[in-house]
Amino acid sequence: MLEIRDLHVSVGDAEILKGINLTVNAGEIHAIMGPNGSGKSTLAHIIAGRDGYEITGGRVVYQGEDLTDLEPEERAAKGVFLAFQYPVEIPGVANTTFLKEALNAQRRYHGKEELDAMAFMKMLRAKTKELGMSDDMLKRAVNVGFSGGEKKRNEVLQMAVLEPSLAVLDETDSGLDIDALQIVAEGVNSLRRPDNAAIVITHYQRLLNHIVPDYVHVLAHGRIQRSGGKELALELEEKGYAEFSEEAA
Amino acid sequence: MSAPSFVEQFPRLGSTMPDGDPAWLAAQREDGLKRFGDLGLPSRHLESWRYTPLKPLEDTSYRPVTPEDGMAPVDLVPSLLPDDYLPRLVFVNGRLRPELSRTERLPDGVRLECLSDALKRDPDWVAEHMGAASADVEEKAFLHLNTAMMDCGFVFHVPRGVAVETPVEVVFVGGLTDGPVAYFPRNLVVLEKGAQASLIKYHVGQGIGPYLATAATEIEVGDGAVLRHTKVQAETNDATHLATVNARVGRDATYDSFGLSIGGRLSRSEVTIRLEGEGGHAALNGAYMMRGGEHCDNTTRIDHCVPHTTAREVFKGVLDDEARAVFQGKLVVHEDAQKTDGYQLSKALLLSTGAEIDAKPELEIYADDVKCAHGATTGQLDADALFYLRSRGVPEALARNMLVQSFLAEALEEVKDEAVRGALMDKILHWLPAQCFLADEWVTP
Repeated sequence: MLEIRDLHVSVGDAEILKGINLTVNAGEIHAIMGPNGSGKSTLAHIIAGRDGYEITGGRVVYQGEDLTDLEPEERAAKGVFLAFQYPVEIPGVANTTFLKEALNAQRRYHGKEELDAMAFMKMLRAKTKELGMSDDMLKRAVNVGFSGGEKKRNEVLQMAVLEPSLAVLDETDSGLDIDALQIVAEGVNSLRRPDNAAIVITHYQRLLNHIVPDYVHVLAHGRIQRSGGKELALELEEKGYAEFSEEAA
Repeated sequence: MSAPSFVEQFPRLGSTMPDGDPAWLAAQREDGLKRFGDLGLPSRHLESWRYTPLKPLEDTSYRPVTPEDGMAPVDLVPSLLPDDYLPRLVFVNGRLRPELSRTERLPDGVRLECLSDALKRDPDWVAEHMGAASADVEEKAFLHLNTAMMDCGFVFHVPRGVAVETPVEVVFVGGLTDGPVAYFPRNLVVLEKGAQASLIKYHVGQGIGPYLATAATEIEVGDGAVLRHTKVQAETNDATHLATVNARVGRDATYDSFGLSIGGRLSRSEVTIRLEGEGGHAALNGAYMMRGGEHCDNTTRIDHCVPHTTAREVFKGVLDDEARAVFQGKLVVHEDAQKTDGYQLSKALLLSTGAEIDAKPELEIYADDVKCAHGATTGQLDADALFYLRSRGVPEALARNMLVQSFLAEALEEVKDEAVRGALMDKILHWLPAQCFLADEWVTP
């Protein structure tokens, strides 16, 4: 589904990613762990198409197509979803409106008929019910006045509505207490299907107790330093990232 | 031979009410003409005109409207609240069009009529209120011009204790004339003690070619009265719109205004509110959206004349292309006006590098126990928010529109009447690029 080959990315003069290789197949969950400043969020942004980065080498191929020439909205329509570390507040725009515009924009992209207000609300209510969320969050402006947990749950709701093939969760656990973390993880797990995949970016192992990865990669100093199964996360929890900073030093 | 200057043209034009002037009004005209002539066209050397050049006015010779201009065909009345029964007056190029107007559903004693009719019916009442709300106002050039040239306008009078339940709308349609016309409505709005009303003034342009609308509105909000006042300026982009509003607000009275400017090549709205009774409250809010070479000036002044008055002012604007906006907000707390609570906020969103805003908040405080806060910010669309929307599949153009809406929502939240707020949102949506029309409702708390 996703093939990253020898990816080099710079911001200004600084090279952030220095040759990333990563293959993600349908049905898999990959965890990318690493210390702060290792380039984890840069990788997430590159996949989703955020500007401000320069790709100086390598390729990001998604479902056989090079992603790097596509606008963020085209990537979204093709099934790429980024759950933000810091979801943005948009005052004055109702959550429902936002979700409906997003879904219908994706449907238009694929030449499908837009959902009317009735059909959309019916679908949306079913999704919120499935995720155990209150309708109250739908009427409020996007993320405005949401608690940290609500914001992350809102990301999961967007995921549920847009049904991406590839979800990238960027430090979804940051700022969440254990209850909120559990709820968010359950949401993500419930959306898991054999034909989709997820990349879970996190600093800590605790999220991986709830979203169990098939593979764990350690990203430090712009490179994947080690890859392994879920047991690697436990090892990191115990030893920390010290060994990787030494390696680079 | 060079054309007469803007100022020189008016003495020759002459003007009277459609049915002639009483002697006192003729004398006031004479006086207004002289004063405007003495002051001349405000130049940029004057502090309050520094950012708004009137030079373009010199390029056009205007003529006064004729009865024929007033009869220009209007297929569909461009009403802000196109409801079949709401009381409404419609003026075309300054002349009342009775067949497009309707006032039959007003409560007993409430008057909504053209100034000319009011002069015939009750000249003493008009004489008493003409100039009353402007008496203590400093900035007067265009008020003098309006006094000199007034050619009609409307009277809205709500007697003591009467509440007008539905909004009342006055529509001014400009344009559709042969050559550039100038028209000068003079409006008197009087709410007596304890009265309540919601008034909409909708200035809208049609056709092509320049015209000049110079409106002056004088407002008296009596003790305990509540006036909600909405103004929409949607002149054509050849038009010049120069408006003054002077309001005086009594004890425990509320004057709650919102102005939306979405048109006009050159527009200036000068609003002065005097809080003259304890417990008086003024809300002076607005939004503007300008593009192309449009220039929009909001110059406001709130006078806290007595203790225990409150005011709130929020202006938000969106500027694209080479558009320019001016916001000048003066807040004056007079010597005895202790316990004044004033708040002012000006925010502008620049959508292009060629757009420009000059914002000048000013506080003049002569009392020592007051609370006054003000702020002015200018910014661009938030890159994080834009990426967030796009990352969900929302195309860039639509995402930008959503963020413009989001930006203006804060100002519109100040509009209490839902129907009015909805109509204003609709205007804003139509201003946005049409291919990305977003039909859903906005959120307001």
